[in-house]
Amino acid sequence: MSIQVRNIKKQFGSFTALGDISLDFPTGELVALLGPSGCGKTTLLRIIAGLEQADSGQVLLDGEDASATHVRERQVGFVFQHYALFKHMTVFDNIAFGIRMKPRGQRPSEAKIREKVFELLKLVQLDWLADRFPSQLSGGQRQRIALARALAVEPRVLLLDEPFGALDAKVRKELRRWLRKLHDELHITSIFVTHDQEEALEVADRVVLMDHGQVEQIGSPEEVYRHPATPFVYSFLGSVNLFHGRVDGQALRVGENDIVPHADHAFDHGAEVVAFARPHELEIDIDPASTAGIAAQVSRVLSFGVTARVELEGVNGASGQHFEVELTRDRVAELAIRNGQLVRLVPSRLKVFERQGAAVAPN
Amino acid sequence: MPAFDSPQRKGRFMSSHNALPGFRLSLGYTLTWLSLIVLIPLSAVFVKTMELSFEQFWAIVTTPRVVASYQLTFGASLAAATINAVFGLLLAWCLVRYSFPGKKIVDSLIDLPFALPTAVAGIALTALWAGNGWVGSIVESQFGIKVAFTPWGVLLALVFIGLPFVVRTVQPVLEDLDFELEEAASSLGANRWQTIRRVIFPTLLPALLTGFALAFARAVGEYGSVIFIAGNMPMVSEITPLMIITKLEQYDYRGATAIATVMLIVSFVMLITINSLQAWTAKRNGKIK
Repeated sequence: MSIQVRNIKKQFGSFTALGDISLDFPTGELVALLGPSGCGKTTLLRIIAGLEQADSGQVLLDGEDASATHVRERQVGFVFQHYALFKHMTVFDNIAFGIRMKPRGQRPSEAKIREKVFELLKLVQLDWLADRFPSQLSGGQRQRIALARALAVEPRVLLLDEPFGALDAKVRKELRRWLRKLHDELHITSIFVTHDQEEALEVADRVVLMDHGQVEQIGSPEEVYRHPATPFVYSFLGSVNLFHGRVDGQALRVGENDIVPHADHAFDHGAEVVAFARPHELEIDIDPASTAGIAAQVSRVLSFGVTARVELEGVNGASGQHFEVELTRDRVAELAIRNGQLVRLVPSRLKVFERQGAAVAPN
Repeated sequence: MPAFDSPQRKGRFMSSHNALPGFRLSLGYTLTWLSLIVLIPLSAVFVKTMELSFEQFWAIVTTPRVVASYQLTFGASLAAATINAVFGLLLAWCLVRYSFPGKKIVDSLIDLPFALPTAVAGIALTALWAGNGWVGSIVESQFGIKVAFTPWGVLLALVFIGLPFVVRTVQPVLEDLDFELEEAASSLGANRWQTIRRVIFPTLLPALLTGFALAFARAVGEYGSVIFIAGNMPMVSEITPLMIITKLEQYDYRGATAIATVMLIVSFVMLITINSLQAWTAKRNGKIK
C-alpha cells in the first residue's frame, strides 16, 4: 500500500519540526528517513502512524485521506526504538496482543491465534522463546519480537522508529541485513527512521534526507551518495573534506596563497563557495616546490585497514582545519609520509556549492 | 542461530567473591537494629502472654466481645484498604497524567493524614459526620445512614488515615510508566479501556498491592482517630486496639498481651500473603528478584 504525505506542517511551540513536507512512498518499498537528531524525521513517522497530529496537511494511505483516523484504525505496524514490549506478558502473549484486541466478531479462535503467533515467531526465527518474558531476552531478540508483534495485525504499512538505535554495533549490523531480507520476503511498504547514514544506505531502497524540518534530497542510496544535491547531504553522507574559498578564474582560491585548479564550475568570478572532496578524492603532493593545492601538515598516519588514512592540519589559507585523505597502503609507503611533514592536497574531484546559507551537517 | 542471541545472564546474588563489599557488616547492623526496634518488643508480647496457661489464653481471646472486635478491626481494615486502593489509584492517576490549577496543593494535601495527630483527625471527622455535623446531618437526613458512632465511622477513619499509602506507592510507578507502551497498544488496535486493563493495570498491580498492604497494616493498628468516631459500643463498634487498652486500664497486662498476640499473628499472616502476592506479580512484570 502506498503512503503519501501532503504539505505536512508541525510546530512545537516556536520550534518548527516539519515545514511543509510532501512525500510519496510507493507500494512495497523500504524507505529510510535519514537525518541528524532534531531534523523532524521521527515526528514525520509518528504523524504517518497517527501517534501525532500534524498542524496542517494530509496523510494519504492507499490514496485515502487518513488524517482524521485514529492510530488504532490506521492498520499500521509501529516498531519503537526501545521495543515497548509489554513486560508482564510472555513473548507469545505480546505477539498475540494485537489479534486478541480485535472485536469479538473478528477475533479468531485461540487455536488459530496460536498458529499465527508461531508462524510469526518462525519468521523472526525465535520460536523457541515463546514462553519467555521480555526481560529474559537480549536487545536484538526484543526488537525482533516487537517486529513480530507489529506484523501480527497484518498491517498495511510498517513504520520503524530508529529500530536498531538501542543495540550495539555488531547486533545492529546483523539485524540490518535481516530486516532487508525480511522485507524482500514480505514486500510490505516500510518506512524506517535512522540517523545512521550507513544503515540507511545499506538497507533502504530509497533514502529521504531531512534537515531542519525540510527534505534535502530523495533518491536511491547510490544516487544520494554519489550525487549529493546540497552541501548538507554531501557532508552528512560519509566523511568529507571541506574548503571555503573564492572562485578565481579557472581555479579556487582558498585563503590568500592556496590555489586549487578547478575548471568545471558555473560560478562567477569572485563568488564565495564551499567545496567538498571525499577522503579518497584527495591526492597528497610531497614536492616542496609545488604551488598547486592546499598547504597542510601531516598530523597522523593510520595504516591498519585495507587503505591507509592520513590526517592533516591546514596551514595557510585553511589553517585550523582538519583534513582526511584515504590512500592505498602502497601509496603511503611510496610517498614515505612522516608526521609533521608539510605537503599539498590536490583534489581529483571537487563538488562546489555556493556559500550563501550553505547548511553543513555537523560531522 | 547467531551468537548474539544468547540471553542475558544475571550474576548470582551471593557469590563467594561479591563485588559489593560490606555484606556482613550491613547485615549485622540491620539485624541488630531490627532486633532492638522490632523483634525484642514484639517478642516481649509473646513472653508476657506465656505467663497464661493455654486455657486461660484461649478463654481471653475468644470472649464474644473480643471476637466481635476482631471482626470489626480486620473487616473494616480490609474494606478501607480496598477503598483506598481504588480511589488512591484514581488520585495518583489524576496527579500524574493531568495538569490542573492547584495540582501542587492537592499533591501536598495527600500527605496530611500522615502528619496530622490521629486524635485531631478523629475529632474533626466526628464533628463533621456526627448527626448534627455538616456532612453527617445531610447523610442522615437524605440517606438515613448514621456514620459517626457506628462501624461506618470506623471505616471512614481508617480510609482517611490509609489514603496516602496507595497514592504514594502507585504515583512513582505511574510516573515511570513508558508512554510508548500505550502507543504500542493503540497501534496494535487496542481501545482505551483495553489498554488500561491489559497494559497499564498489570504494570501498576505490584505497587498497588504494596500500597494496599501498607494501608491495611496501618488501619489494623490505628487507635487514635477511630476511638473518637466509633462510639465504642461493646459488640458493635469496639476495635481490637481499644480492647487492649481497656485491659491495660484494668491492670490486666496478660490479658492485653494475649489479644495483642492474636492481632500480631493475624496481621503477620495477612501481610505475608499480600507481600508474596505482590512479589509474584512483580516477578510476572519482569523484575526478577
